[in-house]
Order: sequence, then structure tokens, then C-alpha cells
Amino acid sequence: MRDRIITAPFAHLAALVALLCLPLAASADDQVTSFTLDNGMQALVIEDHRAPVVVHMVWYRAGSADEEPGSSGVAHFLEHLLFKGTDTLAPGEFSATVARNGGNDNAFTNYDYTGYYQRVAADRLELMMRMESDRMVNLRLDENDIATERDVILEERNQRVENNPSALFREQRNAAQYLNHRYGVPIIGWRREMRELDLEKALAFYERNYAPNNAVLVVAGDVTPDEVRALAEKYYGPIPANPDLAPRDRPQEPRQIAARRITYQDARVAQPYVMRSYLAPERDHGAQQQAAALALLAELLGGGTTSVMAEKLQFDTQVAVQAQAWYDGTSLDDTTFSLLVVPADGVSLEEAEEAMDAVIAGFLEDGVDEDQLSRIKKGLRAAQIYARDDVERLANRYGAALTQGLTVEDVQAWPDILQATTSDEIMAAARAVFDPAKSVTGWLTAPEVTQ
Amino acid sequence: MIRLVLAAFVLMLVTLPARAEIDIQELTTPGGADIWLVEEHSIPFVALELRFRGGASLDAPGKRGAINLMVATLEEGAGDMNAREFARASEALAAGFSYSVNDDAVSVSARFLTENRGEAVALLRESLVNPTFSQGAIDRVRGQVLSIIQSNLKDPRAIAGRAFDALVYGDHPYASSKNGTVESVTALTRDDIVAAHDAALARNRLYVSAVGDITAEEVTALVDSLLDGLPETDAPLPGPAGLNLPGGVQVVDFATPQSVATFAQPGIDREDPDFFAAYLLNEILGGSGTESRLMQEVREKRGLTYGVYSYLVDKDAAQIWAGSVASANDRIAEAIEVIRAEWARIAKDGVTAKELEDAKTYMTGAYPLRFDGNAAIANIAVAMQMEGLSPDYIANRNDMVDAVTLEQINRVARERLDPERLTFVVVGAPEGLSSTIN
Repeated sequence: MRDRIITAPFAHLAALVALLCLPLAASADDQVTSFTLDNGMQALVIEDHRAPVVVHMVWYRAGSADEEPGSSGVAHFLEHLLFKGTDTLAPGEFSATVARNGGNDNAFTNYDYTGYYQRVAADRLELMMRMESDRMVNLRLDENDIATERDVILEERNQRVENNPSALFREQRNAAQYLNHRYGVPIIGWRREMRELDLEKALAFYERNYAPNNAVLVVAGDVTPDEVRALAEKYYGPIPANPDLAPRDRPQEPRQIAARRITYQDARVAQPYVMRSYLAPERDHGAQQQAAALALLAELLGGGTTSVMAEKLQFDTQVAVQAQAWYDGTSLDDTTFSLLVVPADGVSLEEAEEAMDAVIAGFLEDGVDEDQLSRIKKGLRAAQIYARDDVERLANRYGAALTQGLTVEDVQAWPDILQATTSDEIMAAARAVFDPAKSVTGWLTAPEVTQ
Repeated sequence: MIRLVLAAFVLMLVTLPARAEIDIQELTTPGGADIWLVEEHSIPFVALELRFRGGASLDAPGKRGAINLMVATLEEGAGDMNAREFARASEALAAGFSYSVNDDAVSVSARFLTENRGEAVALLRESLVNPTFSQGAIDRVRGQVLSIIQSNLKDPRAIAGRAFDALVYGDHPYASSKNGTVESVTALTRDDIVAAHDAALARNRLYVSAVGDITAEEVTALVDSLLDGLPETDAPLPGPAGLNLPGGVQVVDFATPQSVATFAQPGIDREDPDFFAAYLLNEILGGSGTESRLMQEVREKRGLTYGVYSYLVDKDAAQIWAGSVASANDRIAEAIEVIRAEWARIAKDGVTAKELEDAKTYMTGAYPLRFDGNAAIANIAVAMQMEGLSPDYIANRNDMVDAVTLEQINRVARERLDPERLTFVVVGAPEGLSSTIN
């Protein structure tokens, strides 16, 4: 597919065999080299010489949460439009050229960033840089591009959201969670605003945000830092910095003082469930301890078969067919900590929610099982070894971190911070995060059928 | 400026694509198991892939869903461990095991650290050879499976998949969902699960690959210890499926804003001498990028969809040339019309020399990029064994792609593409489209 929208992790009801999903643990510091070009463009090289492959990415520190009110979806729309022409490339020629060179290309949009990538043979890196640097500043769009591509993104919204009650439910929950922040607005945009997106809005977002001093270059694979630096200086180096680049001071959340409840009914729901999210602090530069505690808390509470929620709701009792907790701390502004309970047949959402609350209360009472914590930490250490097998994933972690307020040092410190986190810190983080006033409880259900 | 850029492109194209150089060792253990091994000692772990041929198609009559439920219950208690103890043991070793099933195979993927390899494999063996299948575990997993079955009843993509399989595959196992139905899964007993285990996890139907920090001597001993006690089977594999692809449209009414369509005509076997010509032809027609004719005509020019693709499906017992598209209810009829027209156009007029050349450089250039990690290589190696390919296929495959001529691909387009038999299953509330198939 042309692009993917990355959103917060979501409950995959269809995933029967859930792989143990451990919190981020990027590592292998010796693989990673970083430098900054004179125009302010940051660059990162992750070496892996096992296969003659390279992944070339440019990440912009601009996502849907950086949009102007009223033009939701423009960041993602622009991402699509970057595959149209430049001064020297005809529409579609970018991807066609990548394909002719045996590569694949794609792009993605999130709340905090927009990224473009190509996966090619290592000896094609220069061509990728030439084309990617070109469209950073030389995009040429006309009204025809706009009209057709707007239809495409509306069909994309149909496919991802309108046809999927869980996705509609997620939009409603996020809107309730964030009272003021743009995280409450869907990345793909509200339908009525998407229909109004035009050339002017797209170009305004482009002019404001696409510049070397707002971008991060990530190159991973069979390359050396010297090669990358020379090519980056040749292609990205000459592009002038945008002197008017505005700081990312986006509207923040006010004090949240009222628990919110929503119910979304949709005839297409076959399996009801209850979700609860709490506003939670994110990983910050130089201050990741509380986030580390929350990441471990999510694993302990609802990370897998041995978690407290699974124990209490799927084994000791049969309240749930699925019970999970998760937390993604990589976010520029306030993130969320979430709980999911999918009730077993014959269990109501009310009963499921009560059981979920009882598990949380019990956990706050009982504290951390030290054996469980030490197994999770063991898994995190191993994850650093396994992570080296997938250099593209490492590249994604760094790209996401560097566009969401973190530094290379923060990413590399993270595994040690996780290892050093104590059960006392986890319990303190749990007591702080489970504040009903900052929560949204959502029920997804089918309408009651009246005979 | 344009001239300069074009000149540079030409220069890049004459550079030969990277060659995939994977040193596969073909091993046979003392116990008689065949293994493909790639040694890669730079990271201290091993990716191990097992495939048991047969998969969900081995469900006994009236027991649809038994193998799926069995596979999902393998890790829910084994040897002297219950489900939670098993999970804690694998966590303590930081090993990862996953078990899955499709129409043709049961797949087991494992990764484990060098430092505790022996213990990890002993644990994996318990789940494969000595699963407990306690009634409690079966019932718990059954609840999860039933939840998935219920959800799929209201998911347009899943509805389309089921309707398509039922229409096309007649009385073959492919005709119904591997998950089974609410009724069939509810009725499954522990005896059914044990019988499913005997039928589907047999060592004489097994293919093995290992990639990572392990030697030939170590891996043969490891695989023999892993398989010790696994039975053989003579349960028959299902024969070839007859294909009912009459052409036309079947509409399944479902209230949702976007219609989802699956379509197909008869396909081609991987062993057919025209396979690579067909593969290139498919790449041009509806392959992975936005450059394909279907993407250009349906998405890029008309904005009718987010994605439209075609693909060759080569199952053990059936080959189809399939595709998918999704469009708003008031636009799906037009999307289907354009797809039909493109199907007919390429069958009649063939492709251009430039299209063929571009598809070749894409396919040959992309191929070596697949081998970019232990897990990726292990997956490819086990799939190759199931296909009956030899290790030197990796070195020769691009030559076979390059050998396809314009004459051959256009003959294949004429002979193989059959717009009359292109059959659509559409789920949604499509406007201007009605069933021509009962």
C-alpha cells in the first residue's frame, strides 16, 4: 500500500496467538552513528553488513498534531501528494524509479511525524538521496493531482475507519481523551474536513514544515557512516535551512478533572468490549524514569499470558477471552495508558468493567511479583539481541524517537533505565496514572435488538 | 537538469543488481530429518522454522476447526506444566515460540538465545510432542476462537473471503474457514483435538530450516532431540480442488459504506514453464507498486480506491489468479468495470517491451533484498523446501526471470488471462451491481 498510518497500538481481536510484545529496547550502540549537517539536518546511520540492503528514510518533525485547526488530515494528504511531481520528476516517477531499481518505497504519517522511506540495494543509495532531497523543496502540484488524490484518501478513510466499528470507536475515545490537544483529532482527518482539503492547505503545510532543519535522515543497512555523510552533504547539504521554522508549541491539555464515559453502538459489532485509557506522561529528554515504570507496569498488568490481568480474568476466572494493558511512551506530548477487556460469552460489559477495576485495585494492594518483574527484565535484555536481526525496525525506533523529543542518547539509555526500575517506582507510577479524573471508559457494543 | 537526472538513471540501471549469496547447507540428521542450515554467528541467537504439510486441510469430516483449535492450544500446557507455567518457562528463557496454521501447513517459528539453546528446545519439544490438551485449556482457547468466528461474521473482508471460498472450491477443504463454524467448534471434544494433533504434526510431513549462531553438528543433534517421539502419519492429503469460476458477480448484502471485492480466474502452477512469464505479467497488471496498470487506472487516474492488487495464489491443491479492491458503494461498479477492461486489454494486446524490462529489473533487483535477517532467511528456506526447490534456485532464479521474452509473456497473456472467467464476490451495499451467480 502507498502509505500506512501509524496509530497507537490497538487491540487485535483477531490475533489469537499474541506474541510477547515487550516495550521498546533499541540498542547495540556500536551500530549507530549520528551527525548533523550545517543546515541543521540531523542524520543517523545504523550499520548492518550481513546483506547488501539499505533502508533510506527521511522523517519530518511534523505530523497531524502540527496541523492548523479546520484542516485535519492535511499532513497525511501531503504525504500522498509527495509522490506527485517535482521540477525534475513526473508524477509517479519517484516510485517507478525506485521499482526499476529493484526497490520498494512508502511513507507514513503519525501525530508527531511524517516519514518517507525506500528499501533498495545498497549501491542505489545515492539515487534515493537525490530524489528524496529533491522533493523536500521542489514539489510541483496542480489541481488535478488534488482532486483525484483527495478521492483516494477518502477511500482510504472508508477502508481504515468507516468500514470498521473498532476504528470509529477509537476516534471517539481519542476525541474524549484529549480536551485540547490535537491528539484528539484523527490522523487521517475528519471526513468533512478531508473533503475541503485543497492545494493551498497542502502547500501551506509543506512550506511551513518541510525543511532540512526540521528533518531527520536515517540510513540503515550495508553502509558506512563516511559514505552516508558524503552523500548527505552532497544532496541534503545544499538545501537552505528554513529560518522561520516555528517551535512546536502545540496546545496542551488543561487539568483533566472529570472521568468520561462513552458508548458506541454499531450493528457491525459482533464482539463487544470495554476499553479504558488514562492520560499518562510520555518519555521526555533526560527524564524517562516514569515512562520506564509505566512500560513495565503495562507488561506486568497486561502484557501476555503471565500478566496479572490474564491470570485474574482468563485463568482464575473466565470473565474475559482477552485482557491486555499497553503504554507507548514515545510521544511528543501527553500519551495514554490503556486497558482492554473482551468479555467471555455471557459476561456483560458492566461485569467486565467491574472485574477490570477489581484487578487494578488488587494490584495496587498486592504490589509487584518480583519473579514476574525479573522475567520481564530478562526478556528485555534478550530483546536487545533479537533487535539486531531487524535493522529496519531499529531505524523506525530511532526515527520515531528523534521526531518525538528524544535524542540518540535517550534511546540508548532506555534499556538501562528499564533494567534499573524498581517495583517501588512501578507502584508509584501506577498510583499516579490510575486517576479516574483523567480517564475515558468506552464500551463498544451492538445496538439492542427489539423484536 | 532533466537531462542530467535521466543520464544518472541510466548509469544506475547498468549497474548489476546485487546477487543473493546465501550459503545453505543441506543436512540429514541421524534420526532422518532434513534440515537447511545457514550459519550466521554475528548475533547470538537462532531462528528455527518448522512446517508440517497438510495444515487445516487435514480436518476430519465434521470436525472443521479442530486443527486450528489444536494448534492454538499447543502452548497452553505441556509435559508437567500448565499454560501459565509453560509461559513463565519460555519467558524465563527469553525464547519466542509461535504456532500457526493455514490451508496447507502448520507453522512453528522459534527463536532462542545461544546461551540457553538446549533448554529452549527442550521446552519447545514439550509443546509439540507432549501437549496436555487439558479440558480447561481447550475450553479457554475455544472461547477465543468462537469470539474470532463471531467477529468474522460481521467483517466485510472476512465475509468476502468466506463467500469466495465457498463459491470457488466446492467440496474441497479450502471451501470453508479453517476456524470452523460456531457449531463445529462448539462440538469439538478433547479426543478430536488429540486426533487432530496426530494427523497434523507428523514427522514424515515436516520441513525444517535454521539460521543463526549454530553449527551443522549442533543443529542436527538439536533437531533430533526436538522431534524425538513425534509420530508419523499416513492420513491422506486432500487431492486437487476443482475450481468453480464461472465469471460474473456475486453480491453479498452487508450494511457498510465501502464495498469489498475479491476476484479471481484460474491460475498457474509454479512448476509450469510459463510460471515466470505469468509472474512478470501479474507484476505489470496488478503487482505491488503504484506502477501497475490496475493501480494506475483505478487509483491514480480515477481515485476510485485506496488499493487494487492482483496476485498469483499457488496453494498445494489449487492455483488461482486473484485480486482485491475496495470502493465506496456508489463507486465499486465503476472500479469493477475498469478492472475488467484492463484484464481484457492486457489479454488481447499484451505488454510493451518497456513494461517487461521494468518488471524484470524490479523483480531481479528486489529478490536479494528479501534475505535481510535470520528470521527472513529461515522463512524463505523452509518455504523453498515445501515448494520442492533446491538451494541453487536462489542463485538461478533471476536468470529464469531474465529469460522471459516479450513473445512468451504476450503469448501467456493471450492463453492464460480469461476475462470471461474473472469472477467477483462483492460484499457491501453496492449501487448498480447485482448478482449474476446464485
